[in-house]
Formats: sequence, structure tokens, C-alpha cells
Amino acid sequence: MDLFGDKRILSVSQLTALIKGVLEENFEHLWVEGEISNLAMPASGHLYFTLKDAGAQIRCVMFRASSRALKFRPRDGSEFIVRGRLTVFEPRGDYQLVVEYMEPRGIGALQLAFDQLKERLAKEGLFDEHHKKPIPGFPQRIGIVTSASGAAIHDILHVLDRRFANLEIILRPVKVQGEGAAEEIAAAIKDFNLYREIDVLIVGRGGGSLEDLWAFNEEVVARAIHASRIPIISAVGHEVDFTIADFVADLRAPTPSAAAEIVIKSKEELESGLASLVHRLDQAVKHRISSYRVEYGALVRALKDPSMLSGHLAQRLDDLLDRLYRAMDGRIEACFGWLSSSRNHLRLTSPTIHVERGKERLASFAARGEIAFQRLLDRKREAVAVNSGKLQALSPLETLSRGYTIASKYPDGTLVRDGRKLEPGDRLELTFHRGGAICLVESSGD
Amino acid sequence: MATEKFETALKKLEELVKKLEGGELSLDDSLKAFEEGVKLAGFCSTKLNEAEKRIEVLTRQKDGTFTRDKFHLDSES
Repeated sequence: MDLFGDKRILSVSQLTALIKGVLEENFEHLWVEGEISNLAMPASGHLYFTLKDAGAQIRCVMFRASSRALKFRPRDGSEFIVRGRLTVFEPRGDYQLVVEYMEPRGIGALQLAFDQLKERLAKEGLFDEHHKKPIPGFPQRIGIVTSASGAAIHDILHVLDRRFANLEIILRPVKVQGEGAAEEIAAAIKDFNLYREIDVLIVGRGGGSLEDLWAFNEEVVARAIHASRIPIISAVGHEVDFTIADFVADLRAPTPSAAAEIVIKSKEELESGLASLVHRLDQAVKHRISSYRVEYGALVRALKDPSMLSGHLAQRLDDLLDRLYRAMDGRIEACFGWLSSSRNHLRLTSPTIHVERGKERLASFAARGEIAFQRLLDRKREAVAVNSGKLQALSPLETLSRGYTIASKYPDGTLVRDGRKLEPGDRLELTFHRGGAICLVESSGD
Repeated sequence: MATEKFETALKKLEELVKKLEGGELSLDDSLKAFEEGVKLAGFCSTKLNEAEKRIEVLTRQKDGTFTRDKFHLDSES
């Protein structure tokens, strides 16, 4: 068609329709890569953005039906590869790319596979927290699944070599990358589970690219880890590398060295925990015994109060208590001597029997002392009562009450026993049972 | 496995120490607890140091049994 020769005048619509025809027919199936910008996702769910590079840009739309299936969020500035077709939007006179599929550039198939597998296994529950087994606090036999010559085994052994880590280490060497590596890793984990006498497994390898670490992203490895009855610590690559094996494992260590550290630390914590318990045991029993000594001391002092016991009994009590203390002391010293000298001697004479007998004797002695003293008191009181009776009967006061008086010369007080010696005019003092009188003698004689 | 016996013993020891520290036990019971605690601690200590330090390679034989052989770090597998 010769536009200029024809001088056929087109309307805008006609022109646009022509353009639309040309573009849409010839650009039906495109793969384009570029940088995303002006990203917008309104409520409709359709995705609008611009795909650009240094020299040009093109408007894109991804309708909701397609955008719903997206697994990786596009962001302004990210590089994407899109698949779509050109369309012309007549009302605005512009063309756009209708995108049917897009993925981040450079990641490609590997990343996609990773994301999809991760999602699938997560849905199945392989990563669930409640499925993860605790790492045993007391590992004695450690299994390792890694290359026999890589950095991982070297680092692990270096860490485990430190201190006197009494650990049995068993290695099941495997290929950690390339063809068949995933199958070998899975088989090694299964073998350890068959062998059984292992407390914990470390599964991993040294650092590398996504392709290098790929074996640890494979499904067969994930399932072998999940099925393992032995707890597994994953140790793949460097701190920033996360593989599917890391998500399934019972614990992820950022590096192989870190995995070894975790294993040792458990044991170290146990050892110090035990030492602290032994110390507390020692302290607690010493404390208990000294409390008892204080109680007995108080008892002794109470019993030694002189108003309670005669000297004789007190002395015997003292002696008994003294022997008790010495018995306790001797036995306890023996116990602690044992403990501090060596942890491996298991013979121990029990001091408990001697202490118990001592306590009993002490108690019964105190009771007997009290009874004896009480009896003594009673006898004394009786004696006093009898004698005071006799005394009372003999008292002159008793005679007076029968009517007799006591006469004595007044004022010199000489007792008058012979009335014939009295002269008329003498004065007498008379003492009655109660009261007295001064009298004048009138006459005297027989 | 050995682990369970060890952990049981350790737990018992801890409970014993707590009881003893509580101060409620009679002198007789205190001394009995002490005696048992010492035995438990001895057992735990022995268990912790039981494992011999060694490094071996596990190999599965064709008949399904396993063997363990000494491992040398610098060898190629």
C-alpha cells in the first residue's frame, strides 16, 4: 500500500486499527527482559508496570488471572524476564505488553525449582517445628555426612579436637555436589539410621555457589532428613546460605564448625551442671548438720539449768552429748574426705545409725533425770511437813491457848515460878494467849 | 541408650539436692539423701567420660552389615 501515493486520508481510528493489526499479529509470543518500574497493583488485582532498559521502555500489564500465580513479588528496580504479547490500546494510542508469565532474571529455573519444592514440602509439614527433635544433651557418638576431603570435615574435626572432647566420631563420606550427590547423601543418612548407635548426625558441606550447594536442595535429601530417627544438625555452606536441608533438619548450624561447637557445648554444659550439683549437695548436707548441732546445743543449755537437775545428772548428760558430737563429726569428716578425694570411690559407711542411737539415749536420759529430781523434792517436802507438826505441839504458844499465863516480875522481867516468894506490893507482868496485863500483888502464900 | 540412664540419674540428683536444700528433711534422711546423691554423681561422671575419643569411617558391606575403620584426615575418599 502506498500511503503517500494513494492520498487516502485515514481517520485516527483507522490508522490505529492498522497499527494494532500489524503489531498484534507479529508480536504474539515474546520473551523480554528489563527492569521493573512504576509498579502499581490497584484493587482490581491487575498488575501495571513499566519494563525498561537504558534506551527504551514499554508499558506492561499482567491481568489478575495471570498475576495470581506469581511466586516472586516483582519490585521496582528488579530485573525480570517476562513472556507475553503486544497489544494496542486504542483509546490512549499506546501499545503495551500483556504479560502472561514473569520470573526474576538470572535466577531462572533453579530458583523456581527451589521455591516450588520449598512450598510443596512446607505444605506437607516437613518443616514443622513440632516435628523437630531436640539435640541430645549428652552426645557420645557423632555421625557425619560430608565429603572426606572437603573443608567441612576439616573444620569439624578441628573444633572437636579442642579440649578433651570424649566423642566417637563416625564419618560416612559422600559426594557433596554434582551428579548423584543427593542420592549419596540420602543413602548415608539412611545407613546411619540402620546402624543406629549414633546420638546425633551432622550433615553438610563447605561454602559454594547455588549450583554447588544444590544437592542439599533436592527432595530425596529432604525426605531422608525428615525420616531420620537420629536428630540431624544441618551445616551447609556459609551463614547466608539456606538450603531445603536446613529447613527440614532438627537444627540448622550456619557452618560446619558451628555444628561441631553445638555438639561440644552440650557436653560442656552437662559437665559444669554436674559439678555445680555436687557442690550444692556438699553444701546442703553440711548446712543441715550444723543446724542440728545448733538445736542440740540449745537443748543442752536448757538441761544444764541448775534448778532443773542435780550436778550429777548434768555431768552425765554433758558427757553423752559430747560423745554424740564427736561421733557425728568423725563420720561427717569421713564422708567429705571421700567426696573431695575422688569421685570414683563408691564405698561409704553410714553415720546415720550411730547418730540416731545417740539421739534416743539423750532423750531418755533427760526424762529419767526429771523424774529422779521430782522424787527427791517430794521426800524433802514430806519430811518438812512431819517435823513442823511436832514442832507446833511443843511450842509454848500452844500451852497458853489452853488457858495458862506466863508471869514475870515487873519491870525486870524475871520469870516467876514460885508464888510464895512474892511480897504484897510487887508488880507482875502477865502474858496471856492473847495480850498481857500489869498487876499488883495483894497477898501470896500456898 | 546410655543417654537415657544418664539423664534419669542427673534428674534424680537434681531433685535430691533440691530436697536437701529445702531443709525439711530430718538429719537421718539428709544423710541418706547425701549418700545417694554421691552415688548418682559418681555414675554421671563416669558416663560423661566413658566415650573413647576416636574417628572412624562407616562402610556398609554388600551383605548389609557395617564396618568401622580408622579415618585419616588427609586421605582422599
